[in-house]
Amino acid sequence: MELKRVVVTGLGAITPIGNTIDAFWDSLSKGVSGAGPITRFDTTNFKTKFACEVKDFNPTDYLDRKEVRKLDLFAQYAMAASEQAILDSGLNPEEVDPDEAGVIWGAGIGGIITFMEEVRNYVEGNGTPRFSPFFIPKMISDIAAGHISMKYGFRGPNYGTVSACASSTHAIADAFNLIRWGKAKVFITGGSEAAINEAGVGGFNALQALSTRNDDPATASRPFDKGRDGFVMGEGGGSLILEEYEHAVSRGATIYCEVAGAGMTADAHHLTAPHPEGLGAKKVMEKAISDGNIKPEEVDYINVHGTATPLGDIAETKAIKDVFGEHAYKLNISSTKSMTGHLLGAAGAVESIAAILAIKHGIVPPTINHFEDDPDIDNKLNLTFNKAQERKVRVAISNTFGFGGHNASVAFKAIE
Amino acid sequence: MSDIASRVKAIIVDKLGVDETEVTAEASFTNDLGADSLDTVELIMEFEKEFNIAIPDDQAENIGTVGDAIAYIEENAK
Repeated sequence: MELKRVVVTGLGAITPIGNTIDAFWDSLSKGVSGAGPITRFDTTNFKTKFACEVKDFNPTDYLDRKEVRKLDLFAQYAMAASEQAILDSGLNPEEVDPDEAGVIWGAGIGGIITFMEEVRNYVEGNGTPRFSPFFIPKMISDIAAGHISMKYGFRGPNYGTVSACASSTHAIADAFNLIRWGKAKVFITGGSEAAINEAGVGGFNALQALSTRNDDPATASRPFDKGRDGFVMGEGGGSLILEEYEHAVSRGATIYCEVAGAGMTADAHHLTAPHPEGLGAKKVMEKAISDGNIKPEEVDYINVHGTATPLGDIAETKAIKDVFGEHAYKLNISSTKSMTGHLLGAAGAVESIAAILAIKHGIVPPTINHFEDDPDIDNKLNLTFNKAQERKVRVAISNTFGFGGHNASVAFKAIE
Repeated sequence: MSDIASRVKAIIVDKLGVDETEVTAEASFTNDLGADSLDTVELIMEFEKEFNIAIPDDQAENIGTVGDAIAYIEENAK
C-alpha cells in the first residue's frame, strides 16, 4: 500500500507563556518563564507552592456561558486551541467531507478538577448522592475529542489517547498514521491538561516528582542543570491540523511542514523511573527516524522530554548519544519545559508545536535556567542553554515519555 | 413574584444561560429554553439543593415548565 504524505496546516495553543501561537513563540524565542505562585488554591500545607499556570484565559472567548459549565478546564483548553488551529489552517469545516475528518485528542489525566469538586461535595454532604449529571461527561478524558467533533461536525475516527505525559504525542502519531494509511484526510489532533489543583499537585508531590524551589519559581524548571530538583507543573493545550498532502495542496493551504515519522515504544521497566540506560527513549527515536526514512544527520533539533528530574535527563541524553553517535554533538537539543513547565498530557502537542515553529522560523528555542553543569550529563552536547540559537532546521523531533514507561516520538520535516 | 418563584428563575437563568425575560411561567425547559435531558436532570437537582427537598423521579418527569417547577416547590417546600 502506498503511504500518503501528511502535512501540518494549522496550529493553536493555550500555554503558560502565551494564549496564541504568536504569543507562545514570542515567549519561547525570548526565553520567558511561565512559572509563578499557584493562584488556584491555598497552598499553605503543600510542599510545592508554584506552577506554570495559564494566565488570562477567558473561556467565553471560545464558548458560550452555558457550554463553559459543561466542560472541565482541560476540555475548555482543547476547544480554544482547536478553534485557533482551524482558523489558522483556513479550513472551512463545512467544505470538508465530514466522514474524512477526525479528531484524536490526548489527555493524561482528564477532568481531575471536576472529579475533586464532585467527590468533595459528596463527602461534605449528608450522604445523599447529589452528583451532577455532567460529572462523568466532564471528567472522562476522551470527552474533549467528542466536543471538538460536535463543534465542527467531523464524523471520522474519534477518540482520546492516554499515556500520561506521552498522551498527545500518541494522538499525533495515530492521526498521522491514519492519514498515511488513507483512513481519513484531515485530523484535529493534540492534547490538553488542567491538573493544577489540590489533587494534582498533592499527588505529584507525593511522588517526589515536583520541584520545591518555592523561593524562586521562575528558575525552578532547570532541565540538565546540576541543581535540578524535579519538574514544574504546567497546564494548557496544543492543537494541530494534520492533513493529507494532496488535500492541503488542492485547497491552496499554507503548509508548516511535513509529519515524517513516528515511533512508539515501552520501557517495560518501572512505574515512574526511566530505564537507566534510556533504552526505551533510544528505541523510540530510532523508530521515529526509520519510520520517516530520515538519515540521522538530517536531524537538526530535538525537543526533548527533559523534565528536569534527576534520572530522566541523564537517561535521555545517553539515548540521544546512542542514536546519533557523533552527530549528537552537532544537533541542537532543548527542553522548552524550562519555560512552559510540564504540561503532562498536553506536553507532546505543545512541544511538537515548538519543534514545528523552530522549522518555520529557523530558530531553536532555549533551555533556560542553566546555572551549573552536571558532571553526569555530557555538556559537549549543545543543550541550547539560556538563549535561542539561529539555525536552519530540516528535521525536528519531539520526544515524550510517560509514567508507565510509554515513549512516543514524532519527526517533523521541512517541506521540500 | 413570590420568593420561591424568583429563586427558581435565578437557578434557571444561571444553569441554562438564558435571559431572565425568557423565563416565563409557560416556558418549557426543553422546547423554549434549550435544555437537553441532562440539563433538566441538573435543574431538578439544583431545585432539590436550593429548597432542601427530594423530588422523586416520577414527580420530576411532570415538571416540564417553569410554572410546573414553581408550583411543585411551593407545595412541597417546608
